[in-house]
Amino acid sequence: MMTAVPISWFLTLSAVLFSLGVAGFLFRRNIITVFMSIELMLNAVNLSFVTFSYQHKEVAGHILTFFVMVVAAAEAAVGLAIILTVFKNRATLNIDDISSMKN
Amino acid sequence: MDVILFLIFAAIAVVCAINVVVQTHPISSALSLVGVMGSLAVLYLLLGAEFIAAAQVIVYAGAIMVLFIFVIMLLNAGAEARKGRSYMVQFLGVPLLIFFLGLAAYFVQRMFPANTMVRFGGFTCAGTQTGESCGGAETVGRALFKTYLLPFEVTSILILIAIVGAIVLARKELES
Repeated sequence: MMTAVPISWFLTLSAVLFSLGVAGFLFRRNIITVFMSIELMLNAVNLSFVTFSYQHKEVAGHILTFFVMVVAAAEAAVGLAIILTVFKNRATLNIDDISSMKN
Repeated sequence: MDVILFLIFAAIAVVCAINVVVQTHPISSALSLVGVMGSLAVLYLLLGAEFIAAAQVIVYAGAIMVLFIFVIMLLNAGAEARKGRSYMVQFLGVPLLIFFLGLAAYFVQRMFPANTMVRFGGFTCAGTQTGESCGGAETVGRALFKTYLLPFEVTSILILIAIVGAIVLARKELES
């Protein structure tokens, strides 16, 4: 019976969550869900920052995680404002219909 | 005990993350994302990061997800229309995903051998006394306001720009 968790388990969990975030980002068609997949990826990266912080016995990883949270909050505010504006002008949330920058 | 705690909350996180990706309605995805963030906060506590765990619950699960749910309610976003996927995606997608994850897990296990074990309360660093955790508000605050003061101040400018940008983007057009 093990009493402690190997550090690689945390990193594997982080990789799994990041891959699921990438899958959601690529396959979903709703712009809000795509945005939530980005948040999922940021969370996975935060987990590996905290894990490396534990491994190296340094507090720097926590600071970096804190900054990632701040950037995520700013990104969410601006991104959701952009989504509101897009919905106001086009009345759709499907990213296949919002392709005016394509050509 | 630590292993059981890790396995329970890692399972919750993975199931909720899969739910985020497969649910068609944005509200279900948002609630599953709250589950992911809550279980990640427990894992941060296991890693000795008390301040980050509290910030995760307050900032992510509190503020950011409330903003998301606000916007979903405001736009009255319905369920996403399912489109027919190609047969290659249907049959190859899941095996390729499992293969890729297995590869990633294998390389992580190879690169980080099991000599570093995570125990609850085992996170100590140079400046603290023995038996005192390193990830509390005091240690993080000292590092934040001494070593990382300039990035912290730059962050406040970033927040200011984000506030102004969000207001400019989302306001009603003034008739000129």
